[in-house]
Amino acid sequence: MNPKLKANLSRFQSVIGLIIFSIIISFLSDRFMTGSNIFNILRQTSINAIIAVGMTFVILTGGIDLSVGSTFAFSGAIAAFLVGSGYHPAVALIAALIVGCTIGMANGFIITKGYLQPFIVTLATMTIFRGATLVFSDGKPISAGYEANAEIFAAIGNGYTFGIPNPILIMIFTVGLGYFILKHTTIGRYVYAIGGNEEATKLSGVNVHRVKIFVYGISGLLAALAGVIITARLSSAQPTAGTGYELDAIAAVVLGGTSLAGGIGSVLGTVVGALIIGILNNALNLLNVSSYYQLLAKGLVILIAVLLDRKEK
Amino acid sequence: MNKKVLEMQNVSKVFPGVKALDNVHLNVYKGSVMALLGENGAGKSTLMKILSGIYKKTEGTIIYKGKELNVKGPKDAQIHGISIIHQELNLIDEISIGENIFLGREPKTKIGTIDWKKLYKDSANLLKPLNIDTDPKHKIKNLSIGQKQMVEIAKALSLDAELIIMDEPTDALTSEETNRLFKVINQLRLEGKSIVYISHRLKEIFEICDDVTIIRDGKFIAEKPVTEINEDQLIEMMVGRKLEEQYPYVDNELGEVFLEVKNLENHLIHDISFQIRKSEILGIAGLMGAGRTELAKTLYGYYKYKNGQVILDGKPIKIKSEIDAINSGITYVSEDRKKDGLVLGMSIKENISLSALRSLANGLLINHRVEKQAAIKYIDQLSIKTPSENQKVKNLSGGNQQKVSISKSLLTKPKILILDEPTRGIDVGAKKEIYTLMNEFKTQGMGILMISSEIPELLGMCDRILVMHEGTVSGTLEKQEATQESIMRLAVGIRSDNNES
Repeated sequence: MNPKLKANLSRFQSVIGLIIFSIIISFLSDRFMTGSNIFNILRQTSINAIIAVGMTFVILTGGIDLSVGSTFAFSGAIAAFLVGSGYHPAVALIAALIVGCTIGMANGFIITKGYLQPFIVTLATMTIFRGATLVFSDGKPISAGYEANAEIFAAIGNGYTFGIPNPILIMIFTVGLGYFILKHTTIGRYVYAIGGNEEATKLSGVNVHRVKIFVYGISGLLAALAGVIITARLSSAQPTAGTGYELDAIAAVVLGGTSLAGGIGSVLGTVVGALIIGILNNALNLLNVSSYYQLLAKGLVILIAVLLDRKEK
Repeated sequence: MNKKVLEMQNVSKVFPGVKALDNVHLNVYKGSVMALLGENGAGKSTLMKILSGIYKKTEGTIIYKGKELNVKGPKDAQIHGISIIHQELNLIDEISIGENIFLGREPKTKIGTIDWKKLYKDSANLLKPLNIDTDPKHKIKNLSIGQKQMVEIAKALSLDAELIIMDEPTDALTSEETNRLFKVINQLRLEGKSIVYISHRLKEIFEICDDVTIIRDGKFIAEKPVTEINEDQLIEMMVGRKLEEQYPYVDNELGEVFLEVKNLENHLIHDISFQIRKSEILGIAGLMGAGRTELAKTLYGYYKYKNGQVILDGKPIKIKSEIDAINSGITYVSEDRKKDGLVLGMSIKENISLSALRSLANGLLINHRVEKQAAIKYIDQLSIKTPSENQKVKNLSGGNQQKVSISKSLLTKPKILILDEPTRGIDVGAKKEIYTLMNEFKTQGMGILMISSEIPELLGMCDRILVMHEGTVSGTLEKQEATQESIMRLAVGIRSDNNES
């Protein structure tokens, strides 16, 4: 087979799987292919997709970021607190993003300068920031209040622009930006090179540490962005929000064809991966499958998808 | 003469595209030590890997204890009593000495658990004659390299080895540890064991070995008792071959001093000083572990230096990282292109541009058009054989991969180009192409530092040759005075001052 065609086929393999999967579900439930349900799926998927875009950057370098769920909750709590204290939502948003980005860069800094495994460092910061969130909120939800500010804030999660829910627009923007960085900037190229061969990349004169701090920073930033969206949607921050989100994000990245060893993959694949998980959740709900069975099914689908992907290689 | 334990006759080994061994003979006698000598890449390791079952021979016969032997694998070799002690010791640091000795063959109790009492008692019995007093329950990681070596020997003895192969055993040993090893070897000899001893240190050959077999370029050269040969003759046999016309040396006018290194020093290299002039190829010779790559990587900022001065083009420069080196005009093409040189999963274009990507970008944005042009330029200039610049590097041949690696360095517009084993693992045609390219760079005024383990290549291509030994410069030879013998002398640590005699 023509290598280019082959490459394209494998690239679109997960898309084809997604389409077949959707067709089957549309036969099983007539509520599936309705406009409102599709918006619903996309809105639910947007949170995971945004986190997973950051995770794609990290995994492309051969790393992993387990702390995103905690960063998500902590940043959300900060945003809710600031809005609730009367600050303008824009201030709250920016503050939350800075906090998230800082947590991520701290991960990257400790991993590179301390020569530590990303798994263990982010496992520790995951625990630390879950704890910090609980301390900060005293274990109770933090309300964004009921002032005019809170209404503007809520629009981040609930509002529409040009008839499209804002979280979906934010997801599209994030994916577009992620794609652009990886494809067209020097730092994006370095991300792939590090995942492909870190030693050779270092010996080519690339500041590997800086690139790694950058990718963890992006991951923290996007986790915070997702955290703000959820907080806005609910008008309050839950201290236990985002528990286990790191695993959904990793699943989306891997389902999207990115190699856990690094060097190979794309954010577009990740979006497809997030959509597969989103559609699966939605379909199981529509089919009235109990939430216990839903977990079982989700795990099995991930396992089967990864096994199929492996066979292709 | 003692009885032959092992006869390897007419052994050949063909790898795809390379004949690594060509009708080699090796005899080992009962209760005696046979030295196996040859330059780097002469085929010593290949021969020993065939004997210990790691490689399969292409042709030839192995007669062991009077019977023909077909070694099926490393385990099979062990069963027949052939043990190899590799240069890089195969011990597991985190478990005990005794566990290492009996790894995979632990004595069992009646109910199938490990019989620790017997394991440690047997270990102690094996270690005692080797002068190791350490409790076999101690972890390997706390032992010195010399002691680890003894544990490897104990392991070989526990397998009832009758033929023990030692590959560069004294490479990392202190002289005291070496003496202890020699005592053990003598003892083993008295017990009737046979040993194949591989070493670059010629003095040791005369000290501990009974006979010596010399191979060169995969061919058998000679077998002699050490009493009938001297050091000079050994060196001559190891390296003695005519310089073939495959080295297109260019005798151009050398320019002014371009790079000056003064007293460079770190934990790997000591007090290194030398100069490179414009349009000069300076060779670096030395045995494995002499510090050649370490010197190159120190100049390239990979290793930090504690003391010393680097002056490039009249200006003192500080090199703290690879980025500093590239920015000041020093670039390095790694000896191990797969591990250190290339990102195999990326395209030719992406590899060529990796070092100089910043200069191919407007701010953060890669200029894809300029990047493509640069890649195509070097694909043409270095005649890299590929259908397109988007081909993945892992699909290229070794020679073409090397050219991609060199292109990557050239794109940084270097003043000093360091080539570490530039022709390793590539075929003869591609070698010649690399030499021609080097001459082109040379006439353009670049200063080239060429590290190579192939002495003929250095003699053929270099204007001067610097020889290293144990992290220091043991001498520098002008083109006229450099010969295989003079280089070899310096490489084994005989200083140039007694070179005249």
